[in-house]
Amino acid sequence: MEHIRLPKVENVRLLDRVSPRRSRVGTLYLTATHTIFVENEMKGPDIHVEDCLVCSVEKQAATASGCSLLVRCKNFQVLHFVVPRERECHDVHLSLQRLSQPERCEELYCFSYKPNVDEAERRQEWDFLDLKADYSRMGLPNSLWKFSPVNQHYKVSDTYPADLFVPQSATPPVIVGSSKFRSRGRFPTLSYYSKENHAAICRSSQPLSGFSARCLEDEQMLEAILRSNPRSDFMYVVDTRPKLNAIANRAAGKGYENEDNYSNIKFQFIGIENIHVMRNSQQKMLEVCELRSPSMSDFLEGLESSGWLKHIKAVLDAGIFIAKAVAEEGVSVLVHCSDGWDRTAQVCSVASVLLDPHYRTLRGLMVLIEKDWVSFGHKFSHRCNHLVGDPKEVSPAIDQFLESVWQLMEQFPCAFEFNARFLITIHSHVYSCQYGNFIGNNQRERVELRLRERTHSLWSYLWKNQTDYINPLYRPDHSQTQGLLRPSTAPYCFKSWRGLYNRFDPGMHPRQSVEDYLSAIQEETQQLEEQLASHKQVEKGYKRINSKFLLKKTQSTCSCYRGCTILSDLGLANTPQDYTGCFVTSSPCQPKAPDGSLVLLTQDSNLSNGSDQESGIADVSCRSPLSEDSTRDPDSDEAAYSAA
Amino acid sequence: MEFAELIKTPRVDGVILHRPFMPTVEGTLCLTGHHLILSSRQDNAEELWLLHSNIDSIEKRFVGSLGSIIVKCKDLRVIQLDIPGMEECFNIASSVEALSTLDILSLMYPFFYRPMFEVIEDGWNSFLPEDAFKDLETMTDEWRLSDVNKDCTVCPSYPPLVAVPKDVDDDTLRKVATFRHSGRFPVLSYYHKKNGMVMMRAGQPLTGTNGRRCKEDEKLINATLRPGKRGYIIDTRTINLAQQAKARGGGFESEGYVESIKSNILQESLIKLVEASNWQTHVKEILTTACLAAQCIDREGASVLVHGTEGTDSTLQVTSLAQIILDPACRTIRGFQGLVEREWLQAGHPFHHRCAQSAFSNSKPRQEAPVFLLFLDCVWQILRQFPCSFEFSESFLVLVFDHAYASQFGTFLGNSTAERAKLSLPEKTVSLWSWVNRPQELERLTNPLYEANSLVIWPSVAPQSLLLWEGVFLRWNRSSKCLDEAYEEMVHIIEYNKELQNKVNSLRRQLAQLETEDPLLQTLE
Repeated sequence: MEHIRLPKVENVRLLDRVSPRRSRVGTLYLTATHTIFVENEMKGPDIHVEDCLVCSVEKQAATASGCSLLVRCKNFQVLHFVVPRERECHDVHLSLQRLSQPERCEELYCFSYKPNVDEAERRQEWDFLDLKADYSRMGLPNSLWKFSPVNQHYKVSDTYPADLFVPQSATPPVIVGSSKFRSRGRFPTLSYYSKENHAAICRSSQPLSGFSARCLEDEQMLEAILRSNPRSDFMYVVDTRPKLNAIANRAAGKGYENEDNYSNIKFQFIGIENIHVMRNSQQKMLEVCELRSPSMSDFLEGLESSGWLKHIKAVLDAGIFIAKAVAEEGVSVLVHCSDGWDRTAQVCSVASVLLDPHYRTLRGLMVLIEKDWVSFGHKFSHRCNHLVGDPKEVSPAIDQFLESVWQLMEQFPCAFEFNARFLITIHSHVYSCQYGNFIGNNQRERVELRLRERTHSLWSYLWKNQTDYINPLYRPDHSQTQGLLRPSTAPYCFKSWRGLYNRFDPGMHPRQSVEDYLSAIQEETQQLEEQLASHKQVEKGYKRINSKFLLKKTQSTCSCYRGCTILSDLGLANTPQDYTGCFVTSSPCQPKAPDGSLVLLTQDSNLSNGSDQESGIADVSCRSPLSEDSTRDPDSDEAAYSAA
Repeated sequence: MEFAELIKTPRVDGVILHRPFMPTVEGTLCLTGHHLILSSRQDNAEELWLLHSNIDSIEKRFVGSLGSIIVKCKDLRVIQLDIPGMEECFNIASSVEALSTLDILSLMYPFFYRPMFEVIEDGWNSFLPEDAFKDLETMTDEWRLSDVNKDCTVCPSYPPLVAVPKDVDDDTLRKVATFRHSGRFPVLSYYHKKNGMVMMRAGQPLTGTNGRRCKEDEKLINATLRPGKRGYIIDTRTINLAQQAKARGGGFESEGYVESIKSNILQESLIKLVEASNWQTHVKEILTTACLAAQCIDREGASVLVHGTEGTDSTLQVTSLAQIILDPACRTIRGFQGLVEREWLQAGHPFHHRCAQSAFSNSKPRQEAPVFLLFLDCVWQILRQFPCSFEFSESFLVLVFDHAYASQFGTFLGNSTAERAKLSLPEKTVSLWSWVNRPQELERLTNPLYEANSLVIWPSVAPQSLLLWEGVFLRWNRSSKCLDEAYEEMVHIIEYNKELQNKVNSLRRQLAQLETEDPLLQTLE
């Protein structure tokens, strides 16, 4: 609380991002966990933003109307406040900046988030996902792969999980020796194993090979992985970096495997750029998404030059290469990049999604993120900037994974049990720090922070609310659901994900959602099925003996069904956008209408600045109600318009 | 003229057909007067039937004695035919080239096509102006149907009957016609029932450089306005084009206009579809202008006059899209047919000129432009944003696109009602609507998600909201298997729901009956 210089500011204006002429006036509250905007007269919904979600706060020069404060959030919400007095703006600015960048872990929201859940239940939340269960689902341990306690207490690699699977023939000396030859001690270990053909995906960090160094144990380790796939006489080693980056690492005593030193490996580079390139690319892409009424070419050219979709394609291409090697060739793959916690995590998890239908279910995706990202030490705290830290450590690696899954969902609409809302919710909570799952950089840190004892788990929250996240088109027995996904990676297959990056611009999204419609239908179908069953029961009852009780029971279900009008929430109170703002302005002209009552629609700049009352259309857009809320009653919306 | 003169080699065996995402087919290639046919001569094997009028361009390639022709179609399909024998290949190519560029309307396929289906309702009579006017009369008495153009001399591109303000007589109309490009005097395009506002369309006024005025023109436009109400004129051109037009004696009412499209730019954008940005720019601009027109009518309570240069291209895009936005009736299958009839065919969009060639053609006559396709794309964009508000599905829009460019039906032949009458199309050809308006076709084209929505629908024109119409532009370049499966799944979910509803209802009726019939139950009560 000591960081809040000013807990409350009145008469703050919140400007609409798309058409700044629309604004809402209200009070801004700063609290230790949230920033809250409450509109005067309670017209619109309050806006709550977790302080941890604030990415940057920018104070602009004061003007006559006040001082602008631009708050950008990690979930891509942009809030433009105008604070009446500069002094207040200054205080809000400093407070928010401090609140959004805690110095100590204990300040994070998850330690103060206390939902109404008793302790026993809270502990159960953390038992919801069990990684060992996922390994046994894969059929492990077996005669080829064994559980290894070598990294208990994080002694071999402090960024690896304690529980690992290694080839049956890998002895502790071999593992320890290999780990000494790998960056951060991240030795080759199992990520995914295919029961059907014994091919496996393994992951590690880069070898410390420099220009000529060798390590017998590391060579033995790869040999052991190869031997754990009895049907195959070679394995792939995939370096996900661009070749140039890998070569540059050799000068620092790191690098990549020499094919001559390892028996029967095929070495392959897959050029995924590093975290710095990705960070800049996303920044550029977000700037494009944030443009105010851009032209089509502004948008498309900006998107193209950000390179974002090219990078998504690179991640997906790498995943496809590995998935095909495993499923079609039956060949095991060792994947690494530099440290093996960003690109390697992306590529292994994308390959798993492509390979195994289980990872396309709600529970499966959670397990996958828990395994390939959380347990294998993706540095969430650094990459998501949970605490004040080095801005060069920040990178959207997990965003890219979630987007890769979304791109796949666009191509295979029936193959995933979850919907896009599920991915967006996960994204949001990776950054919000409301749950303990993504705090810290690795398992060791999380154990030290005693997160399992002190915080709540996102996974069980998602599971409890699973009805919100189910894709109505998913059917476990659908042909699209089965086996390996073979996506197309032609450039036109990659689309801009407005659902995530323009999530807070409701005007840009379809006004009717096919998915919600189908979900409502399915819910109704379920009720009908129940009713049918009970009707049949009554019918049987009639045949046996007429029973009034049974009849009454069905009648009550009937009325419950009638009360459920599935389409009522699909009301369409949408309002026109600012269509005039899109026009290029030119020099003003004097309308010489043949008759006083006739006015030409001119290209005049008056159209967009709203000052020309004469033309009568200048304020068309600002009169339209601000909210595009589709759940509002259409009639009331119309009424509000005519009253204005 | 005999087609036989043009067909040098009517038949070649051992031809191999290559299509993207499909297995190759080997068979016999036949040329007829109107079709290119490839048949493998096996039972239930796929055949290719391609209308010559669908062929946009043709290329020959020779490797040794094996020749290939690459056929690029107006529906954006590209196929390759490997033809054994140099001479055969050469003959086929030149025949196809000659047949596909034959510019004699009376030799087109619709004049030879005989329907193999029962015509339930003759589409040629389904959407007559007099019927549309009867509907208008139920809402207002301020308009009349004028036959000033009955012999198509006042305005060659207008139909014989047009709706004009009641107080304006035919002499005034004749005078106004001389002041408007191509005689296209302002006529009623749409009447907004909710507030009585109207949308009119016209050709550009011929004000010239000295700002000529026309009393009658002003009178006509003012007659559409209510006392004390203002109206808007939307000029769909860019400033430069309008100024050039003015120098040539055309012009605009005064120095104002709304930014919009130039149809000559459209010609190129389809070719550069790879980047798609230019095309999408036009989509955005046209949609924006249409939204603006709709906004003036519905939100501002003002009447609108729309014109471009001739009033046969961008004008029609704007007026027809505005109606899709405003009028729920236009979002039904039948209503959309009516809209295409009223705002495109009867309004004189020169389909024959505009659709003569498509994206792949090398020769580019100035007259052609994918104006109608751009309109359909905009409709698709709105459909994507309001997937439950249209009675028709995407496949209906694709069907209309296909038939506008090449068809066995006469609907899109000719440039105007007058030309169509001269060719006796209603007597000699079958209407597309006769085929569409049959239960089995309607079922295929119906949107399973449709729930009648009586509201105005305001689409988003943000670049993020506008997508590439893959169903047309990538139709032949991608495998749509997974998307088709998703569609089937959706249909299945909805149909299963309906089936259950019926079952529950019938059971409920049975139970009610049992209840009344059963004496035991009554005694229990």
